[in-house]
Amino acid sequence: MTSELLNVQGLETQFKTPEGVVHAVNGVDFTLKEGETLGVVGESGCGKSVSMLSILRLIQQPPGKIVAGEAMFRGQDLLKMTKEEIRHVRGGQISMVFQDPMTSLNPVMTIGKQLAEPLMLHLGLNKEQARDRSIELLEQVGIPHAADRLKDYPHQYSGGMRQRVMIAMALSCAPQILIADEPTTALDVTIQAQIVELVIRLREEVGMAIVWITHDLGVVASIAHRVNVMYGGFIIEESPIRDLYAHPSHPYTIGLLGSLPQIHEQRRQRLYSIEGMPPMLYQKPHSCPFSPRCRWVVEHCRLENPPLMPVGDNHRAACWVDTTTGRER
Amino acid sequence: MTEDNHVLVKVEDLKMHFPIYRGVIQRQVGAVRAVDGVSFEIHKGETLGLVGESGCGKSTTGRTILQLYKPTAGKIFYEDTELTTLRPEKMRQMRKNIQMIFQDPYASLNPRMTIRDIIAEPLVAFGSATGKAIDERVRDLMKLVKLDPDFMLRYPHEFSGGQRQRIGIARAMANNPTFVVCDEPISALDVSIQAQVINLFEDLQKELDLTYLFIAHDLSMVRHISDRVAVMYLGIIVELADRNEIYANPVHPYTKALLSAIPVADPAYYETRKRIVMEGDVPSPANPPSGCRFRTRCPIAEGYCGQSRPEFKEIAPGHFVECFKWDHPDNQRR
Repeated sequence: MTSELLNVQGLETQFKTPEGVVHAVNGVDFTLKEGETLGVVGESGCGKSVSMLSILRLIQQPPGKIVAGEAMFRGQDLLKMTKEEIRHVRGGQISMVFQDPMTSLNPVMTIGKQLAEPLMLHLGLNKEQARDRSIELLEQVGIPHAADRLKDYPHQYSGGMRQRVMIAMALSCAPQILIADEPTTALDVTIQAQIVELVIRLREEVGMAIVWITHDLGVVASIAHRVNVMYGGFIIEESPIRDLYAHPSHPYTIGLLGSLPQIHEQRRQRLYSIEGMPPMLYQKPHSCPFSPRCRWVVEHCRLENPPLMPVGDNHRAACWVDTTTGRER
Repeated sequence: MTEDNHVLVKVEDLKMHFPIYRGVIQRQVGAVRAVDGVSFEIHKGETLGLVGESGCGKSTTGRTILQLYKPTAGKIFYEDTELTTLRPEKMRQMRKNIQMIFQDPYASLNPRMTIRDIIAEPLVAFGSATGKAIDERVRDLMKLVKLDPDFMLRYPHEFSGGQRQRIGIARAMANNPTFVVCDEPISALDVSIQAQVINLFEDLQKELDLTYLFIAHDLSMVRHISDRVAVMYLGIIVELADRNEIYANPVHPYTKALLSAIPVADPAYYETRKRIVMEGDVPSPANPPSGCRFRTRCPIAEGYCGQSRPEFKEIAPGHFVECFKWDHPDNQRR
């Protein structure tokens, strides 16, 4: 068993809005082991990005607030670090890649300058060394003629290449954890496939652990070792990758997988659809957040929010009902 | 579900070039060849899927069919009427039959109009209902798309993405169209909501006998909803075939690469299967490669692929491919 790199317990994050307090993350526990890729899956507003941004303290406060929890990274609680300490961790030991490579790059700064910045800041390289390392990094992420392209601006790169640059930047200080927040969502499928292949290759070369946040159950199947499924600010199912797809246990996970068309479908079958909409989260749910949309719902679900309970090997689901039998646990 | 292959819409060698102007006197220096010669037919009652990556011209094709752009060349027939030469008033009347559903349900609804006014607008514009009958029809349309008619005096911002898309669908259905261009109607929606909207599209098609041109980049959804599928690359259709045929036996090297890039929600799939990862990016449509459009990224391209454009050839009944090497041994190996 490899050692634990990150251990998050009881994380809660809220946002103050004019309409009231939004309970975005409502007590999330998870661990990340060395070299492991953890997929975090869920729909918009389920808290998947906010929980990761909270750990890196990238939530704007106010309106956001981390109200509870701890995030232990190498014996230190990320949530209790000083601003200076956490700044050192970010971009150094833990780095992040965002969804939209256009808005995450500075449009008036050359790619070379942007790449050199973290190298000089975190690793203390001089200009010359930083330039050489930048070229190496661009080559590593598969940008042709890397030396010539350092003086280009982001708009001179295509969407896929910009995302490669973001990845190069994230890897520049040899992080132990890479947090990738929907890194391929804005890209076309063929470019998405290129980026996924690239990250799989770099994961082997660099050996970092990855948290891959996505709404796409297809992408996560191709890259993750383990998956957390989130809904309404909670992790509602966690499982090793194969078991999740073979034996989804939470009604929401079953619904999500069922709402995807089958790739080998010969005759058209009606898609399984989850009726209703995700919750608004203006109150912290005391019942199961999925119960209004669930077809297995029983009285217990409306009275008490289920904790994660074991349903298989390292596989846990937060549901009072055993979906294989339809009976209450 | 095609009714003895009655052709409802026919597109012939359609071209849509957008001029590029430069300099002080705004001289035309070139053109973005967004659509560069596509031909296809859509049969009554069927769904034709149009797939491709961003910038391949799939949306432009859809919009040009509705005459939202004036095409550079080519003909578009709806039944026996040629649309490109139609007088504006005749074309306006024609729009009763041909409707469009847009990608972004946030941008396609006027935020200052109530849902009632949004759905009633086409009714008023064509005088298809007046007075009390308008409200009656709006109620029916809202029920049709499974929205609560009691919400008709609310504004778009009070609705979720999926509900807004339903409003857009109700508006498109107001004048009982026969042909609907759906331009990425589910791309902006969450997975669980996508399935709801797709099921609604299928129900409406059955109920109202609709014909769809379904434009999308999500290949698995397109396979699900379409009867036939056309694959576009850089302004042209490279392959067109029946849905099962094209997914089981893709012939064009681009179709093969595109299909192998679809993320599959099954981890076991990735343990047994290697993807074809295509190198590089799509070239600019302002300056497309000579000859075959795909040759710059094609794993089996030869020198002669650059000399002329391959023929859009029917290699089996209903299966069209534009590739010189479609039956070459190089193309058999995957």
